[in-house]
Amino acid sequence: MTDDILSFEEAMEKYDPVLGFEVHVELNTATKMFDAAPNAFGDEANTNITPVSLGLPGVLPVVNGKAVESAIKLGLALGCDIAPVSHFARKNYFYPDTPKNFQTSQFDEPIAENGSIDIELEDGTVFTIDIERAHMEEDAGKLTHKGGAAGRIQGADFSLVDYNRSGVPLIEIVTRPIVGAGERSPELARAYVAAIREIVKNLGISDARMERGNVRCDANVSLMPKGTTEFGTRSETKNVNSLRSVERAVRYEIQRHAAVLDAGEKVVQETRHWHEDTRSTTSGRPKSDADDYRYFPEPDLVPVVTDAEWIERLRAELPEPPAERRRRLKADWGFSDEEFRDVVNAGAMDVIEETIAAGAPAAVARKWWMGEIARIAKEREVELTDTGATAQTVLELNKLIEAKKINDKIARQVLGFVIDGEGEPAEIVEKRGLAVVSDDGALTTAIDEALAAMPDVADKIRAGKVQAAGAIVGQVMKATRGQADAGRVRELILEKLGVEG
Amino acid sequence: MNNMLTLTAAEIAEKLTAGELTSVEVTQAFIDRIIATDGEALDADNRAAGKNGVNAYLHLNAEEALAVAKSVDEDRAAGKELPALAGVPIAVKDLIVTKGQPTTAASRMLEGWMSPYDGTVTQKVREARMPMLGKTNLDEFAMGSTTEHSAFGVTRNPWSLDRTPGGSSGGTLAALAAFQAPLALGTDTGGSVRQPAAFTGTVGMKPTYGSISRYGVIAMASSLDQVGPCARTVLDTALLHEVIAGHDPKDSTSLQTPVGSFADAARAGAAEGGLQGLRVGVIKELSGEGFQPGVLARFNESLELLKSAGAEIVEVSLPSVKEAIGAYYLIMSSEVSSNLAKYDGVRFGLRKLPEEGNVTIERVMGASRAAGFGAEAKRRIILGTYALSAGYYDAYYGSAQKVRTLIQRDYAKAFEVADVLVSPTAPTTAYKLGEKTKGDPMAMYMGDIATVPTNLAGVPSISLPGGLADEDGLPVGIQFTAPAHEDERLYRAGAGLEALLTEKWGGPLHQQMPDLETLIRDFNFEGAK
Repeated sequence: MTDDILSFEEAMEKYDPVLGFEVHVELNTATKMFDAAPNAFGDEANTNITPVSLGLPGVLPVVNGKAVESAIKLGLALGCDIAPVSHFARKNYFYPDTPKNFQTSQFDEPIAENGSIDIELEDGTVFTIDIERAHMEEDAGKLTHKGGAAGRIQGADFSLVDYNRSGVPLIEIVTRPIVGAGERSPELARAYVAAIREIVKNLGISDARMERGNVRCDANVSLMPKGTTEFGTRSETKNVNSLRSVERAVRYEIQRHAAVLDAGEKVVQETRHWHEDTRSTTSGRPKSDADDYRYFPEPDLVPVVTDAEWIERLRAELPEPPAERRRRLKADWGFSDEEFRDVVNAGAMDVIEETIAAGAPAAVARKWWMGEIARIAKEREVELTDTGATAQTVLELNKLIEAKKINDKIARQVLGFVIDGEGEPAEIVEKRGLAVVSDDGALTTAIDEALAAMPDVADKIRAGKVQAAGAIVGQVMKATRGQADAGRVRELILEKLGVEG
Repeated sequence: MNNMLTLTAAEIAEKLTAGELTSVEVTQAFIDRIIATDGEALDADNRAAGKNGVNAYLHLNAEEALAVAKSVDEDRAAGKELPALAGVPIAVKDLIVTKGQPTTAASRMLEGWMSPYDGTVTQKVREARMPMLGKTNLDEFAMGSTTEHSAFGVTRNPWSLDRTPGGSSGGTLAALAAFQAPLALGTDTGGSVRQPAAFTGTVGMKPTYGSISRYGVIAMASSLDQVGPCARTVLDTALLHEVIAGHDPKDSTSLQTPVGSFADAARAGAAEGGLQGLRVGVIKELSGEGFQPGVLARFNESLELLKSAGAEIVEVSLPSVKEAIGAYYLIMSSEVSSNLAKYDGVRFGLRKLPEEGNVTIERVMGASRAAGFGAEAKRRIILGTYALSAGYYDAYYGSAQKVRTLIQRDYAKAFEVADVLVSPTAPTTAYKLGEKTKGDPMAMYMGDIATVPTNLAGVPSISLPGGLADEDGLPVGIQFTAPAHEDERLYRAGAGLEALLTEKWGGPLHQQMPDLETLIRDFNFEGAK
């Protein structure tokens, strides 16, 4: 079997990729899917457990109603039909992260089926991705392999298992095969997962933090020789857990499959593991359609019945879809395509919306968040909203500028102090004595001194060369350490010299 | 034998309330009886050597039981209000989890395991202030009809020590027959309280599926399992049923319907004219061919008594019943294969390392399961795994579910013309030890022909003593079955027939029982091994 990969360009010349995704979303319900144990991340191992999460003898599952609501909401957001009656089933397999040695999932009767979403790529191209189903299930515990290399099970001396995650509610979203994305496939993969993450976050049903495994993607890739329509053998790359990795893994698998096919070999149907360090995948276990999980209806649970009234109530509660919201905000704010894309890419949309809602003009909000605050965020390597600046900060700074209490330059300094935790803008201006010098008396003295120091400039101004006043203004600003209102200084100079501005 | 032992639970409760007895006295009397007639059964070595008495109990809970009894006596003396059965001792099948006592399911897999939580029925028993005498023996994980598949020795039938008490709740019903408890809890998946009740001359009730919580009952086959209240009389069974029934939010299959007035129904049935106008359907397929003559004789006698008391006897047919055993063994074993997957040596219970080669997780699981499960458990796990396999699912599990639907329809049709159905509980009297375990397991399975269909249909069913078979002098069981949610009808019919039979016998059936202590003294345990 060849380990080579083909260049992406060559792969694209010869083959059409077919993609498919299974995205697992961990819900942020207070308790687990079938159990009253807390659903919380990061706690001490094996503390968020009950006899039910451990699958002790005699325990029984009870469905978490909130999780069902979340599943319905997600189904609706993905344009799915919500099943009036759906069933849980047992997926039987032995593995120590699954305490019952079966996973309670949904098999042939999922809660949501037949949806689709539009995915917009950066340049505005839209792909429609068909959703086959979204079903409810429970997460497994977490295994940590000790001894041996890099936490891998191969060569490990022993493994530890933490059942805190065991039974956390999951929704698995399965797409239909995605054909026709061609060279945009890697980009589409990333955009799809980003869209799912955005949707679940917007619905408020998941914390949607990929680094915590709240959103996990299994990416299926196969290739068809150009001009053919029969799907090739697929590989399934498991748990690709960042947007960047999704894009890279799909690109890599396309290149790898192309090399295998070019060498006249057959792609092995298997799961693959993505390695961010080497940016490549390695073979996991062989997987075939003959994998026999011996599914059968879960006899300890009754069917999930959804009535139309419930569904309509949940539909009415759905927030505005992210894509629609973006279209609306762009129009409302009057930003250009490029300006708006920058805002979105910088993750500044929410905070700008908040700032505008607090009363700032759209241009002002954008100027601050995309300008000085973005600069500081970058410098300090934090998210915009983690800088300490808030919508209120921007609003106050703008008010101070409009009232001519401070100028732009001072305002940027004040922002720095706000971020350093010195307090609110007005408070800082007061404490540090940064208010613009508007005492004409004090300014007059400074102007007189400046004129006396530069008599030739004063003469030029008197002779009508109004633009020469800049030099005097500069001198005055310097003398007042920038705290003067430059416009007012200019007015006073012209007045003193009897010249019309 | 201490006179207290033969009292019914209702009588004990009455005497406790009247101050004629204390709970400590009663509880101590049963503990003494257990020690005397389970013999050295509570000593593991003797048990393994077969040197025992009845061996109904796997664990004796004397200390805690007496402490509960004492607190009940104190509260009663202080004039506090107490639940109806407060102070009346009870035995619990070792398939039901209990905090503070071991729970083994009679399997090596769980030997020494202590549950950190109580099952819902256990909790209800505690709330009812009933001293728990201990945990009773069963076929491993309730799989079997003889209690010979226990990893901790067979339970013997108190009527004849070379016979099985039936199963899987053999320990539960043998304890009742041996006067080692006035009340006991069993579980019934395909007849597991009714058949041993029939074999031991006691009463076993399988309530409507979902009417008693299964939370904390170690699952065998989830869609069939139901906790069964057991006693020596129908009224006592009804009283216990009222204690343990009711909706439980921890069990999704638990019904929302209110608990019936079972004891009232039993009293009404036993009263003069209690059976007047009751339409009793005789199940054609379950009252003739393949049934022991002595069983049929007692059954027909009961029919005559029912008729004489004004009941209307009609014949009904359940044509799909002939497919019931096949369907049952597919559905049950499929669920078993999945329910028993959790016993893998990873989190609790027996862990066994492979004798040679690599210690990988798969091999540890394999070695633990190979060592922990007995032959019958393995047989059913393998059968169920096969039945659920891709390519076989439709033919086996799928078809079995269709048969289940047909059986449900048969019952619905029969209940159009009858209020209750009646049949012998089992085709035969108690098996000889070893009779059904050597050779073809189908022989044991066929003995469940009369009990299995009600579990498939989810309908309630009760077995009560119908007398002794002429050919072997062993108890015969009469089984009544009612539509779902109509458990009260069973108490009415059961108590009615019980009253007629008791009158005919001149006292309860157990008065005809040989003296157990004499049987034990004379029995050659060594030779019977």
